[in-house]
Amino acid sequence: MFQYLIRRVLIAIPTLVVISFIIFAVLDLAPGDPTGNLPLTIPPEVRELVRKSLGVDDPFVIKYLKWARQFFIYEPISIIEDATQIKLTGEAGFPRILSWQTRSPVSDLLWQRLPQTLWVVGLSYVFGILIAIPVGVVSAYRQYSIFDQIGTFISMLGFSVPTFFTGLLAILLFSVQLKWLPSIYDTTLVVKDWPSFVLQVKQMIMPVTVLAFFNAAQLSRFMRSSMLDNLSQDYVRTARSKGLVERIVVLGHVLRNSLIPVVTIIALGIPSIFTGAIITEQIFRVNGIGDLLIRGIYNSDIPLVQTITFIFAILIVLFNIVADAAYGFLDPRIRYN
Amino acid sequence: MSVVIAKPKKTSTDYRSQWLDTWKQFVKHKGAVVGMVMFFLIILLVVFGPMFYTISPAETNLRARNQLPSLEYPFGTDNLGRDLLAANLHGGRISLAVGVVAMLISLLVGTVVGLVSGFNSRLDGILMRITDLFFALPRLPLLLVIIMLYRDKLRAVFGPEAGIFLLIVLIIGLTSWMQTARVVRGDVLAIKEREFVTAASALGSQNNRILWLHILPNVLSPILVSATLGMATAIITESALSFLGLGFPSDVPTWGRILFEGKDYLTITPMRVVWPGLFISLVVLSVNFMGDGLRDALDPRLRSKG
Repeated sequence: MFQYLIRRVLIAIPTLVVISFIIFAVLDLAPGDPTGNLPLTIPPEVRELVRKSLGVDDPFVIKYLKWARQFFIYEPISIIEDATQIKLTGEAGFPRILSWQTRSPVSDLLWQRLPQTLWVVGLSYVFGILIAIPVGVVSAYRQYSIFDQIGTFISMLGFSVPTFFTGLLAILLFSVQLKWLPSIYDTTLVVKDWPSFVLQVKQMIMPVTVLAFFNAAQLSRFMRSSMLDNLSQDYVRTARSKGLVERIVVLGHVLRNSLIPVVTIIALGIPSIFTGAIITEQIFRVNGIGDLLIRGIYNSDIPLVQTITFIFAILIVLFNIVADAAYGFLDPRIRYN
Repeated sequence: MSVVIAKPKKTSTDYRSQWLDTWKQFVKHKGAVVGMVMFFLIILLVVFGPMFYTISPAETNLRARNQLPSLEYPFGTDNLGRDLLAANLHGGRISLAVGVVAMLISLLVGTVVGLVSGFNSRLDGILMRITDLFFALPRLPLLLVIIMLYRDKLRAVFGPEAGIFLLIVLIIGLTSWMQTARVVRGDVLAIKEREFVTAASALGSQNNRILWLHILPNVLSPILVSATLGMATAIITESALSFLGLGFPSDVPTWGRILFEGKDYLTITPMRVVWPGLFISLVVLSVNFMGDGLRDALDPRLRSKG
């Protein structure tokens, strides 16, 4: 198992290098000038200096290698230094990846935006799981019952209707018509007492519910079919015939086994928390990572966009390994060698 | 004396093809039938609708801005007084066209990659690595970035509408073929060990002929299921891109685009986001139901006897 993991990580490295190259190439070969958005009053000489300081005119491979050195070596060391307050590299430290919009390190921007994304989108993922598992279990156990039919239909509805439509409908209903909930997520709100806490909960209800519904819809289908696969297995009949209570058969035996593939699906879906945030955050105007990315794209802030996109790729690769490891760990029939 | 030989009575079980069986099973799935009817109704509506409802979606009328649905404007109007029914009908054409073409591209790439890597063990390794690589690409951010950076260039070459259509269809298609490739490859690996393939090979068929004539028809069913899923994903992706303001330009209505522009007028004309949203949801829902029915119909374990 350990060997397998080491091998997986080693295979992941070239994958990530190729992806980083693709992301870099897509952004770098594109037409468009990072100084294009600067005011026209800036004289050409100054503009030339700006371009030079940004390193726009270097050859492609040099730019890639510089970026890779920055991303894989300088940036992690700088982040560790910031976290531990130990200066390994002297007072000045390594140069950082700077956003072209704010001229501040991209990692600082990410840290500022991460909590909002994790709270809203992460929480909805957790709620989605908590809803999906019982719904899937009951749907499968009472297959073709009214509950199953309604549940299956709602889950079909849930993952067919895009979140940007359900989100707008929710705003229309609860903010515009009923005026119960705020339609814009106020990130400056600091929770310090009861009223501000209530406000925070109120503004989180809609985004979290909309996304949780979507996540639950997808997961409950997997949960249901995984339960159905297991319910017809021989070990279930054995468990029943040796006189186990039905509750223990279902929750102790069937559920445990059915959760194995679902856990891997959950792990595989974690990166989608962040990519899904791109849309959700636009609907409810949450200023999280997704919003940062969209702003970066609109303002051609290449370092920022490259970093976020590449972090997403790392997350996808990482959680792929996590899912496989979890599968091998949970299912004794699977042995990686 | 003549002997009359009674003709064997024709029964419905005489002729049974795989596809007829599948069809019979498919129509038993209530959701699938409803989905199919709904899907074809929407197609008829957007294809033939604009021929009867001849108001142009681009015609502005500043005297009739932000109208609520009425007899004159069945879906209402937008902030420039453009008719929303016309916009939704024309937008549907583009949205569905994007869905179909992107799905076809993704199917084509996925099927070819799957067939080749399943059939040719020398290319298998590299093709599957490439598939894994595409799986690891962060799809939505990459699509957004590519559209943002390259749309002006393509616009200049192919014109505003065709350029962005090509770009969107290509990038959606080229980033969503991986699932098809994997499924097709798995099926090819199983089928190429079967006796009829050995027989064809023993009769002297060339590899190419075996691949296209004997193996491809046998992997059509997973390809069909991927087609429905691919179409649903493509339509949702296009509307998501438009919703983020990075799809078609504002003078070309698509369902996602109408939604994107309508979201700032929720308090004045709420129906403006409801119509396109309903269309997107209904299409995706009906396609998904058809896919579900198709998958069940093609699964021999679920097929009823008789």
